Amino acid sequence: MTTNATAGSVTEIRSGSRAQARPEARFEDLPALMALMTGAEKHGPAATSTLDVLWVLYDRVLRVGPATAQEQDRDRFLLSKGHGPMAYYAVLAAKGFIDPEVLPSFGGYDSPLGHHPDRTLVPGVEISSGSLGHGLPLGVGTALGLRAQGLTDAAVWVLVGDAEFDEGSNHEAVAFAGSYGLERLHVVVIDNSSATHGWQGGIAQRFAAAGWSTATVDGRDHEALHRAFTAEHPGRPHVVVARVEPKENH
Amino acid sequence: MDTMRDRFVAVTTRLLDEDPRLAVVLADITAAAFTPAQERHPDRVVNVGIREQLLIGAAGGLALSGMRPIAHTFASFLIERPFEQVKLDLVHQGVGAVLVSAAGSYDWPAGGRTHMSPGDVALLDTLPDWTVHVPGHPDEAEQLLRHAYADGDRNVYVRLSAHQNAAPVAVEPGRFSTVRTGSRGVVLAVGPMLDAVLAATEGLDVTVLYAATVRPFDAAGLRAAVGERAEVVLVEPYLAGTSANEVHEALADRPHRVLGLGVPREEHRHYGSIAEHLAAYGLDAPALRERIGTFLW
Repeated sequence: MTTNATAGSVTEIRSGSRAQARPEARFEDLPALMALMTGAEKHGPAATSTLDVLWVLYDRVLRVGPATAQEQDRDRFLLSKGHGPMAYYAVLAAKGFIDPEVLPSFGGYDSPLGHHPDRTLVPGVEISSGSLGHGLPLGVGTALGLRAQGLTDAAVWVLVGDAEFDEGSNHEAVAFAGSYGLERLHVVVIDNSSATHGWQGGIAQRFAAAGWSTATVDGRDHEALHRAFTAEHPGRPHVVVARVEPKENH
Repeated sequence: MDTMRDRFVAVTTRLLDEDPRLAVVLADITAAAFTPAQERHPDRVVNVGIREQLLIGAAGGLALSGMRPIAHTFASFLIERPFEQVKLDLVHQGVGAVLVSAAGSYDWPAGGRTHMSPGDVALLDTLPDWTVHVPGHPDEAEQLLRHAYADGDRNVYVRLSAHQNAAPVAVEPGRFSTVRTGSRGVVLAVGPMLDAVLAATEGLDVTVLYAATVRPFDAAGLRAAVGERAEVVLVEPYLAGTSANEVHEALADRPHRVLGLGVPREEHRHYGSIAEHLAAYGLDAPALRERIGTFLW
């Protein structure tokens, strides 16, 4: 697994937008945070498929931190694939959105941390997800709303899975956003080859055909992810297909 | 007289100029009528095409961003088709939108079952905290739309219909209006059913209440109207008995009887006109008079 040796210097460069981030948090700290969440068995493989993408986004791309989580011009990250949220919770804990001490309560009756996230219970969680195919349309609306308010710098990021992409609601959103030129909308597809019928020709071409800017990269390579996440895409929404090892036991 | 749908376009077009939080999401239906508004507010009048899951999802996202979204299409495609989006992208996210439907239960009988949505209000009854307005006249529609747009961040359904009463009632949002008083029971007419109910009960010793808002249900208003005989006939322009449980809850502390009249659950495989369908459902004035009379006398 590739790790990100330059995260520290990048964090310093962009420290103005992440004053509340824990300076000591590193990618290497995430497995220990994930281990605090008992009951991890159910969604284990899915959780780790997202870990590198989540880390690079929260560490180097998203302009949001605990202190700015309610700011109207913040970047928004929407975890559409709500299954396997341990990696997400671990990153949120590493970045100071949630107290690591709450992680062991994962899935418990009084815990804010369900096996699918609830935005009303967890600081920094932008949408409640779990049922597949809801994040991308919500992301379209969020991007439309920010644009209507003149907040043209705020970016919207939606994480979906390649199997989640089966849901037709995604295709309604992809076609519309591409045609509409919804530039501040970004999607990252975690492709662990788990879609039952696959995506012949690749997922990226579905977006490209709808007018999106696309990149397909190694979902474990932090530098490649960062380059893909920060690529210019004037006038068009942007998708990054992050390919990781095929899901096991499905 | 204009239709409720005409009035929806006119009042919404005006209010878009005044309230920067309002945003309209369309799915082709009524899009042409909104063209002038779209030209003035291209970022706040968005037609997503024939994509009803996206219609509601985008409304949810707009609400998450701080806007007051209005989503509109025919009831079949606004509530029934994207129902999980209504449940999750609005209610579960903890955000609100105003859903404005047209075509209702029987507005286009020649269009057949695909364009009939008698179950929309019953479906919303499975979700918490919805306000449901069923205006019976364009003036009421305008008043209730204005109220809905300004109703904080609540989820509000405004059910517009081509079926309407000859004259508006001075309604107070959320309250039943007393149109006629009598002693042998209460007939609660909802929205466009009022004219037929008034004709059906002409000369009968009954109280007629009028509801242009059915959720929350004005239990206090009903209790105040029932008097000594707790006998209630509901006449609703959607699935028969949709509000029966609300009546039972309102009158739970006393013996009572309820007759729920409305659109039957069974598919009615005929085309034709609104009037023909109302007659076939037993909802025209002669049929209502007979059914109400049989129940109360």
